[in-house]
Amino acid sequence: MCATCGCGSGETRIVPLNIGTDMDFKPMSCGHAAHAPGLARSRIVQIEQDILSKNDALAARNRAAFAAAGHFVLNIVSSPGSGKTTLLERTIRDLSATFPIAVIEGDQETSNDAERIKAAGAQSIQINTGRGCHLDADMVAKAYDELRPSPASLLFIENVGNLVCPSSFDLGEQARIVLFSITEGEDKPLKYPDIFASADIVLVSKLDLQPYLQCDLELIEENIRRVNRKARIMHVSARSGEGLEQWYGWLGNSARQRVA
Amino acid sequence: MHEMSLCESIITVLEAEAARQSFSRVKHIWVEVGAFSGAEPESMKFCFEAVSRGTLAEKAVFEIITAPGQACCFACGDTVILNERFDPCPRCGSHQLQVTGGEDLRIRELEVD
Repeated sequence: MCATCGCGSGETRIVPLNIGTDMDFKPMSCGHAAHAPGLARSRIVQIEQDILSKNDALAARNRAAFAAAGHFVLNIVSSPGSGKTTLLERTIRDLSATFPIAVIEGDQETSNDAERIKAAGAQSIQINTGRGCHLDADMVAKAYDELRPSPASLLFIENVGNLVCPSSFDLGEQARIVLFSITEGEDKPLKYPDIFASADIVLVSKLDLQPYLQCDLELIEENIRRVNRKARIMHVSARSGEGLEQWYGWLGNSARQRVA
Repeated sequence: MHEMSLCESIITVLEAEAARQSFSRVKHIWVEVGAFSGAEPESMKFCFEAVSRGTLAEKAVFEIITAPGQACCFACGDTVILNERFDPCPRCGSHQLQVTGGEDLRIRELEVD
């Protein structure tokens, strides 16, 4: 019987002792191509490789490049429509006199967001992912090379609006910010636990709508804590300005610490 | 649908390994998918079939080894298995848990020609 596929059962075969040196690889009666008699051609290879190893290696390279250039880099993730671009516009208007700010914008299509950021007064570049549902470290590396942020910039990477896929892809950022608008429902962290578990900061946003929504803010915090014990939680409104001082304080301190 | 790009990464790893370990075809692949890895096993299978067409892994059997979510409980000190990230400790009910396993996405083994 052929050891490769088990064909030709019952056939008597003579296995030469000098396997691999002088064998006759005749096509077999089973119709398969020649098999090495008595010798399995397939082999098992143990590789134990992380599927994201290539992205992780590129992310490590980005992180080193950001540090060498003195750029403090934040990856901002959220659902579509939770107010990432609005928060960035406000942050740029309020802080660009203190820090140079640059933004890498990720969306499936259009450069609307990069235009808004530019109008707010920051350097910006748009990545269109096409069918892609997230940014990866390679896209960010290319956009970063093209953008060339000014020295000591605060660089925001606004990820594609999606609470699922971006959680697995390290971009080389120094901190990950998850924006969570109170219109999304108190149980969002439980519905999308992976992204909330990966956050360094959770910004609970659109606080100006609280009079109309009467969200249970304590329950929101409790749900975030159920999937992430360590993340810092801040409450903000880009429209009314509520809570932004704390956000700016954290940005300023972190940028000075990391860049110094 | 980031499973599609995960499967594209698998093909990239396989191509690099094929050059390094001298094989030309992958017949069977075993992939570990952790419960907290953010990837959906059935979707991985579906996407792998699509992205492997025309590559060294076309028609390969794609087998998934699921790894349970594991956490260390700060309240009772036990290492426990969790079904969801937000589940309480099954022993003491505390939410003071640190996830310690089940986040990996790894190619474990290949059968190759």
